[in-house]
Amino acid sequence: MDYATLLQLLDSTLRLATPLLLACLAGLYSERSGVFDIGLEGKMLVAAMCAGAVAFYTGSAWLGALAGIGGSLIFALIHGVTSITFRGNQLIAGVALNFLASGLTVLTAQALFGQGGRTPPLTGAARFGELTLPFAEALRPVPLIGPLYAEVISGHSVLVYMAFAIVALTWWVLYRTRYGLRLRAVGENPAAVDTAGVSVAGLRFSAVMVTGVLCGLAGAYMATALQAGFGKEMTAGRGYIALAALIFAKWRPVQAMWACLLFGFFQALATRPDIVEGIVRVKVPVSFIEALPYILTVIVLAGFIGKAIPPRAGGEPYVKER
Amino acid sequence: MDRLPRWADVALVPFVSLTLAAIISALVIVAIGQDPWEAITVMVQGSVMNAYGWGYTLYYATSFIFTGLAVTVAFHAGLFNIGGEGQAQLGGLGVALTLLFIPWPHWTIALVAASLGAALFGAAWAAIPAYLQAKRGSHIVITTIMFNYIAASLMIFMLVDVLRPPGKMDPATANFPPATHLPSFNEIPGLNLIFTSGVPANVTFFIALAMAVVVWLLLWRTRLGYQIRAFGKSEPAARYAGINPTKIIMIAMLISGGLAGLMAINNVMGEAERLLGNSASGAGFIGIAVALMGRNHPIGVVLAALLFGFLFQGGAELGLWTKIPIELRTVVQGLVILFTGALDMMVRMLLVRIFALFRTSRLEAA
Repeated sequence: MDYATLLQLLDSTLRLATPLLLACLAGLYSERSGVFDIGLEGKMLVAAMCAGAVAFYTGSAWLGALAGIGGSLIFALIHGVTSITFRGNQLIAGVALNFLASGLTVLTAQALFGQGGRTPPLTGAARFGELTLPFAEALRPVPLIGPLYAEVISGHSVLVYMAFAIVALTWWVLYRTRYGLRLRAVGENPAAVDTAGVSVAGLRFSAVMVTGVLCGLAGAYMATALQAGFGKEMTAGRGYIALAALIFAKWRPVQAMWACLLFGFFQALATRPDIVEGIVRVKVPVSFIEALPYILTVIVLAGFIGKAIPPRAGGEPYVKER
Repeated sequence: MDRLPRWADVALVPFVSLTLAAIISALVIVAIGQDPWEAITVMVQGSVMNAYGWGYTLYYATSFIFTGLAVTVAFHAGLFNIGGEGQAQLGGLGVALTLLFIPWPHWTIALVAASLGAALFGAAWAAIPAYLQAKRGSHIVITTIMFNYIAASLMIFMLVDVLRPPGKMDPATANFPPATHLPSFNEIPGLNLIFTSGVPANVTFFIALAMAVVVWLLLWRTRLGYQIRAFGKSEPAARYAGINPTKIIMIAMLISGGLAGLMAINNVMGEAERLLGNSASGAGFIGIAVALMGRNHPIGVVLAALLFGFLFQGGAELGLWTKIPIELRTVVQGLVILFTGALDMMVRMLLVRIFALFRTSRLEAA
């Protein structure tokens, strides 16, 4: 494999890692607050449909992204009401919302556009364009680093850069702000937070809403940047890969970024089986590369690469007095 | 919180949940500009008003009984097995391997062998998540989700690279030998008076009903079943009573996986008569809805499976005869899981209020 191919691969790694990263950070807020969310997939799907539809009607990718966030927030709210207010089973609620999203998106898109559950293809300003970073062309002749900067780092949609900025922001919020301290505490020991006079339900709702916003961005990226429009089941399990990455990263933001880049790299590899074959000299089934994120997650869960310990109060509704 | 009377707990709560799900489904149909009354008419016409429709409804119900029972057994042990889909696909692989490579003389023997193969493969696929839960504390929900995806990849690999007959394009195995053909309802003497045209429902339906009885006996009439239920209610109490947690988790999940795998004799051996890609086609997930709606009791599971069979067949008819997309099934499925599973508490709180209202008014009257 030559340098140019590697750059191509890294370029698509970045593209494919972005929705994973946004969804993974989304899950991080909810799960750190003690609300398990296996409904990331569904929220992304809803967001992708809303973003695709509104971007088509308005011709603006930004309005599309806003609509995506709105759609995702509605689902986040249902998840919050179900699992925080009514103390329902968070896992079952997540499963239910995923099915609901899978069906509702197709029904809505079909009712609006009548194209078999898709939105019409988006063009022009209805999609997020590619940003060329400053000096990308000027630096291109520099050996090694120049092409890396021009090909891999530069030339992505603004959402890609936002996703990586949100990693830093999340780190700062989680470890350097009062809100972050409370968020981490409420996922470990809600009773202590309650004793300190902070509303457990309020904190958890706020975290679930942040999850909604970030899933909205992830879905909007799918429909208006990575692809041109919404298609049935277009998230294709990315919500679950993001969940896997979150566990892989042990619920920490910077590690989540690396995990998503790794899983994005696998996804990029799966589209180029010829490269894999060239390196290992044996025919590797594409399905094996596609399954790698899941297999790795199981290995991590099994505790063979350090133990992944979830937030202690995760999955359990908080009952104020017993 | 006040307790509900037993009849309300058993019948009224699921009924109210189901009604709420139905109302919202109707609203969804109105929202996409269609007529809910027309929808329900088409669904009823196409699934339960004639023998042909019943032949499909019962076929789907058969699969859902298996997967619903699978989720039920795991639930009683306090485990949420979302992996029914993957286990059912592996069950299909078990069926295919048993039937393709051994020349069975008669379908009865083939059925026994294929059932064993299906259950064995399904159980094996549940064994790893079970072991990881029991020994390493990995959350079974996450591992079974991962195993669904790994199963999907594995099945693509098996069908494309290993089992596909030479020269064929579609990822599927060769047809099973004719001797292994299971009698459909239209080929069973007696039943063929009702089912005159070819239907996919087959003898597996009776195996599914038998398994419902077996699961009931297991859970409520054996020592093992008692241990499973005790473990599911309270792990520390079960441990204190001398019940081995590892053993219970393993056994419950093996039974659960085996039941999910058994589904394959209905769809793979009974209907397709070869192994196709995505063979379980979502039935594993529907098992979750069926178990929740059936309140984790075999009788409830059978009734809920019939309802979902109706929904599945009726939904397919909707896709054929109306402008409502077939995906409405997924919406209803999600709503049923939401209301019967996650919002159970909301329905109960609501009913308790209403009952309290009646009680006070009666007291005042007296």
